[in-house]
Amino acid sequence: MSNATTAAHGDNYLNHEKGLWSWLSTVDHKRIGLMYMATVLTYFLIGGIFALLIRLELLHPTQTIMDANTYNRMFTYHGAIMVFLVVVPAIPTTLGNFLLPMMLGAKDVAFPKLNLASYYVYLAGGLFATASLFLRGADTGWTFYTPYSIRTSGTVILVLTGAFIAGFSSILTGLNFIITIHKLRAPGLTWSRLPLFVWATYATSIIQILATPVLAITLALLVMERVLRIGIFDPAIGGDPVLFQHFFWFYSHPAVYIMILPAFGVVSEVIPVFSRKPIFGYKAIAYSSFAIALIAFIVWGHHMFVSGESEFAAFLFSLITMFVAVPTGVKVFSWVGTMYGGSIRFNAPMLYAFGFLELFTVGGLTGVFLATLAVNVHLTETYFVVAHFHYVMVGGTLMALLAGMHFWFPKMFGKMYSESCARVAWFLILVGFNVTFFPQFILGAQGMPRRYWSYLPEFTLLNQISTVGSWLIAAGFLFTAFYLIKALISGEKAPSNPWNALTLDWQTPSPPPHDNFPVTPIVTDWPYEYRPDGAIVPIQGAAPLPA
Amino acid sequence: MSSTHESAYPVHHVGHHFNNASDEFEAAKQGMWVFLVTEILMFGGLFVAYGIFRGMYPEMYVEAHHALQMKMGALNTIVLITSSLTMALAVSATQRGKKQRAIGMMAATIFLACCFLVVKYFEYSHKFHEGLLPGAFYSNTEITNPKAPLFFSLYFMMTGLHGIHVLIGIGLISWMILRSLRNEFSENFYTPVELVGFYWHFVDIVWIYLFPLLYLVS
Ligand SMILES: [Cu+2]
Repeated sequence: MSNATTAAHGDNYLNHEKGLWSWLSTVDHKRIGLMYMATVLTYFLIGGIFALLIRLELLHPTQTIMDANTYNRMFTYHGAIMVFLVVVPAIPTTLGNFLLPMMLGAKDVAFPKLNLASYYVYLAGGLFATASLFLRGADTGWTFYTPYSIRTSGTVILVLTGAFIAGFSSILTGLNFIITIHKLRAPGLTWSRLPLFVWATYATSIIQILATPVLAITLALLVMERVLRIGIFDPAIGGDPVLFQHFFWFYSHPAVYIMILPAFGVVSEVIPVFSRKPIFGYKAIAYSSFAIALIAFIVWGHHMFVSGESEFAAFLFSLITMFVAVPTGVKVFSWVGTMYGGSIRFNAPMLYAFGFLELFTVGGLTGVFLATLAVNVHLTETYFVVAHFHYVMVGGTLMALLAGMHFWFPKMFGKMYSESCARVAWFLILVGFNVTFFPQFILGAQGMPRRYWSYLPEFTLLNQISTVGSWLIAAGFLFTAFYLIKALISGEKAPSNPWNALTLDWQTPSPPPHDNFPVTPIVTDWPYEYRPDGAIVPIQGAAPLPA
Repeated sequence: MSSTHESAYPVHHVGHHFNNASDEFEAAKQGMWVFLVTEILMFGGLFVAYGIFRGMYPEMYVEAHHALQMKMGALNTIVLITSSLTMALAVSATQRGKKQRAIGMMAATIFLACCFLVVKYFEYSHKFHEGLLPGAFYSNTEITNPKAPLFFSLYFMMTGLHGIHVLIGIGLISWMILRSLRNEFSENFYTPVELVGFYWHFVDIVWIYLFPLLYLVS
């Protein structure tokens, strides 16, 4: 807390240099994190508008606002933008960039220039993908299955190139983070004292560097299919379209954990702070991330149970997929164990952590349904699958992102937002989410297929409930944008540590100075010694925190 | 060249976020290793595709591979292995502060890399001439197996991706020569040259796998 006095000079990373160019050319990880945040949120807005239009079209069983071809392009762009440009980079590039060096007591990531380059690579990928919208567009779905993606007209190549380029941003960010964690830890910050967000980021980075190159070569080959008709994925000259599915899911299944592991990291930081109790099962939470990362690479076949893989392979993939539930369950029980007997405070970040637990658990358990072979055959390509992965990706990743954004907002901008507004928005989003997606489980179980522009009249009521839910979510997000922007402009000044948290990022002024810490901290303990009446600050010479 | 002041080494500034130069060097080296792992996985996709189709159509591979010019492939293998040697010598010369020798060795590496590409150019134009092209552009009538276009798709994708890596290597080594001429390296600071060396050895190793897989099928 004594550090706070240095903030009196008013020099921080936001005003250290001025002007637009100082932002565009910055190598400061904190500023790069904010640039990513602005860009990711812009794509989230675009992808979200597509989602609203999709739901609006499904208000009536026949045409509501658009024709079938437009609808196909809509869900393709909704999926591609949300997966490749929003949910995959959401937490690592925004919170990860901002927090990782701060949690390590470092001044920056290992390769600051590479970090800036990654941002522009990401931006370029996004521009390629969205540019195709203004041409003839793509209607393949975000999965680009062959041979349809080879034959369909439209600007599929641009979308593929966009995803290909954005992939390199993901690879380079992962590489940067791994070396940062190995090389730039503050004195005394041993592996067993690392914050769990850092552990989660490490496991995520490993998946990013191992899986994404496979996506890169797969998309490159698909581009070549369209340009040169190389035939590797095309049955017409002896190629194998199922090979494309194998390659695609070898990346895209682990990608699910690129999305969710950082979310686990955020929740692991938020829950002990607002429960005022040491985290339960620190090592179990840390290591289970690696168990998940490992299993992630050997379950991809569960996307292909009906694509003609052998029954024996399907059986193995089904079994291994269910094993994912074990390390995931270890985490959920550890979080519940942390809250048990704690003095819980219901601030916005904690509310979002609760939202995460509810939605992610539903998403995870329905994943076990889908991993079950016999059930899967019935549910394949239905709305049950759509509901399942929205509960995981939106309910998991996005809830955690919101938890993290509210938790670290005071640190990032030095301002406080309105707690009561945040509660209203949280309520709208959580209720809206369940109203939108829960009916889709029922629709899917009743046999409504995904990716269709129309449906049978008996599905009308549930579809209309779902569409109304999407408006509630939209209202929640608009309200969130409103009160956060208001806080940026006229929010109360934030203290350096408003939640009395213990990780190093809180042991410096808000917003942090250009070099993160006035003096390099010397770490003496792990950052989870929370007590109902205070906490033990894990750096040398620090006084205990009151609760 | 001898007019440049070998003694006037500008001091390399260690990044403000590192404790010391050796931490910075270690970080850069580890970063390069991780990068090469990602490269292996990217090429890995192509190798897996190669293996799967070889399992599906073994007799087609045998028939199609005769159309490749084995002697040219062998020549290129020798050229690249020699270039790995010259690059290794360039790195060790840089580490010992022998600027002239380092620049000479890097120039030799670039020369050999260009030789590789020239040979590759003749091989490619021969294939174009014979109609041995990827997928739908295939027009050769001498090879009877109807799946043969797949082999040439793989051939062009694998050697093409490798060729792009050779081109990038030439660019990187040229940049190292430029920085060397500007006296940026010394016994105390030679990280970039060493990392480019790693990269170049990796490019060679990929070729050492590609050559037998494509040219020596039996
Ligand atoms: Cu999966």
